[in-house]
Amino acid sequence: MPPVKMYSLSTCRHCKDAKQLLNDCTINFDFIDVDLLKRKERNDILEEIKKFNPDCSFPTIIIGDKVIAGFKEKEIKEALGI
Amino acid sequence: MEPETIYEMLKKVQELKGYYFNKDKEITLGLIEALLFNKERYGYMSCPCRLASGNRTNDKDIVCPCVYRIKDVEEYGSCYCGLYVSKEWNEGLIEHERVPERRPVSRMIF
Repeated sequence: MPPVKMYSLSTCRHCKDAKQLLNDCTINFDFIDVDLLKRKERNDILEEIKKFNPDCSFPTIIIGDKVIAGFKEKEIKEALGI
Repeated sequence: MEPETIYEMLKKVQELKGYYFNKDKEITLGLIEALLFNKERYGYMSCPCRLASGNRTNDKDIVCPCVYRIKDVEEYGSCYCGLYVSKEWNEGLIEHERVPERRPVSRMIF
C-alpha cells in the first residue's frame, strides 16, 4: 500500500469526508490541518502544497506518486487500488 | 449564537435570493458551526473550505457567502463548500458534482 498523506483544513467538510473514507477503508495516513499551524509553519507547508497542487485547494491528497485535489472518491479508491 | 438560530435567520433571507441550504441538515449545521468557529478565531465568517489569511481585507472574497457562490451555484448547483445550493440540486434534478476551486491562488495572500 503506497504512503498516503493529506493536507486538510479542520473546518472543511470535504476534508472530513476524505478522512472518513480513508478510515472506513482502514488506510493509514498522515494529515496536516493547515489552518491550525502557526504562520511560519503554515507558509512553509503552503509552498510544499503548491508543488503538488498549484491551486493550493483542500484537501490535497498524496497517494504514492498520485496527487488528488478535492474529495474525489473514485480517484482516491483507484489510487489506493481498492 | 447557536447554529440552529443562524440557520433559521438566514434561511428565509437566502431563499428569497434563490439560494437554499443543503437539504442535509447535518451538513448545513456543521458548516454553520464551522463558520461560527471562523468568526471566533478570525473575526469574520471565512469559508470553511478555504484557508483564511486572518486579514479580512485579503479575504473579503471568501467571507460567506463568498463572491464565487453566484457562478458556482449557476454552473454546479452548489457553492464550493456545499452550504448553499439551488432548488434543483436539493431536489436531485441535477447531478451532485464536486465544485472545483474558482478562487485564483494569487488571492491567497499571507
